[in-house]
Amino acid sequence: MKSWLALIGRDLRLAWRQRGDLFMAVSFFLLVAALFPFALGPEPNLLLRIGPGVVWVAALLALLLSLERLFALEQEDGSLDLLLLSPLPAEAIVLAKAASHWLTTGLPLVLAAPIVALIYNLPFDGYGVLLLSLLLGTASLSLFGATGAALCLGARRGGVLLPLLVLPLAVPVLIFGTAAVDAMLAGLAARPHLLLLSALLLLALPIAAFAGAAGLRQAAE
Amino acid sequence: MGTPNDMATGDESLPARQLEARELGCLRGGWPIFAGVTFALSAGEALVLVGTNGSGKSSLLRLLAGYLPVAAGELLWRGVPLSKDPDLHRSRTRYLGHLDAIKAALTPREDLSFWAQLHAQSDRRVEAALAAFSLQELADRPGRMLSAGQRRRLALARLTVSPAPLWLLDEPTVGLDTASQKALVAAIARHRAAGGMLIMATHQALPGVTDAAQRLDMNRYRPLPPDPEALLL
Repeated sequence: MKSWLALIGRDLRLAWRQRGDLFMAVSFFLLVAALFPFALGPEPNLLLRIGPGVVWVAALLALLLSLERLFALEQEDGSLDLLLLSPLPAEAIVLAKAASHWLTTGLPLVLAAPIVALIYNLPFDGYGVLLLSLLLGTASLSLFGATGAALCLGARRGGVLLPLLVLPLAVPVLIFGTAAVDAMLAGLAARPHLLLLSALLLLALPIAAFAGAAGLRQAAE
Repeated sequence: MGTPNDMATGDESLPARQLEARELGCLRGGWPIFAGVTFALSAGEALVLVGTNGSGKSSLLRLLAGYLPVAAGELLWRGVPLSKDPDLHRSRTRYLGHLDAIKAALTPREDLSFWAQLHAQSDRRVEAALAAFSLQELADRPGRMLSAGQRRRLALARLTVSPAPLWLLDEPTVGLDTASQKALVAAIARHRAAGGMLIMATHQALPGVTDAAQRLDMNRYRPLPPDPEALLL
């Protein structure tokens, strides 16, 4: 556990030293979300209707940006070889990298989401459900993303392959994430959708650990 | 891999031999790299791999580290096949490849401290490792400011941060000046005196190491050329 935290700690320190990259994902998220009103017109009811979906799609795209480098950087400089000889099993390495990806990309997006909600004029009492669904959903997306990043490591054109692999996995998260916010806006219970998001997160954990670890071992060959 | 277990258990009567390779063969991407590699190492012994470029020195080191699967033959640790417990083998192996695994934004002290924590070692070893490779003055400089030789020294210092019985070094002397080579020789001597084993690929004689080691000429283990007709199919 201590070794696991040491790896996350190193990644957080690296991310903080290169914090320009962190703002990049958040700015991308805000920009994509701000594009829709320009393209579709500023009609308040329309914006309210598409708002929850736009937040989710923008968050998904912003998360994809930093995924490719998650393991590729470790492989390029030789760190991956050394990590694979550490007491941490490859499964734990994948989970640690997914955790640091979420902390450095997912969490800032969740914190920036109220700005988007404001642009789309979502009612204030919906912010809680929106943020909670994003917290759960982005964590699953980081896990699926880390799986994809590990599996694409050896591949040429991994950068193109990665979204093709991760986006289909992200569809259920997208469905239940937007459904939670939509349900709340329609005055229905958001709880079932949030529970399903939690279930997806629990499902993503073993998938990421085992498929991701296989990807890392394959990449070291 | 795939060898009968009764062979392995019969060898436990030879505790002196820590690491033993029998008729090892290696495939990469379906191509044979070497075949029939056989050697045995006892505690404190060193093995130097020599051979022309492409003779499989690096592949053998990666195979011994567990990155590559054993395609033929067997690899035993005190008579037990390594494939039986890959996790255990990881914990007793340190590997230094062609890449130095240095992060541009981390200082040498932070770098060593991270690897020490990862291997559950105390920070005291970090200072000792910095001193062993004369890195104290560079200890708080970001990794991007280090020269090629300094990066190499940091990568070597990392070996000493967490003890392990088997060191696998792939051309460790590349980019090192004479003073740093001496530091490496001293580190290897300490490692071997503590019962550690060393397998090193090199093109360069390293006084104090290469002259007191077994030699394995990888040119002798070229695999049979693939059947040209089989390739056409």
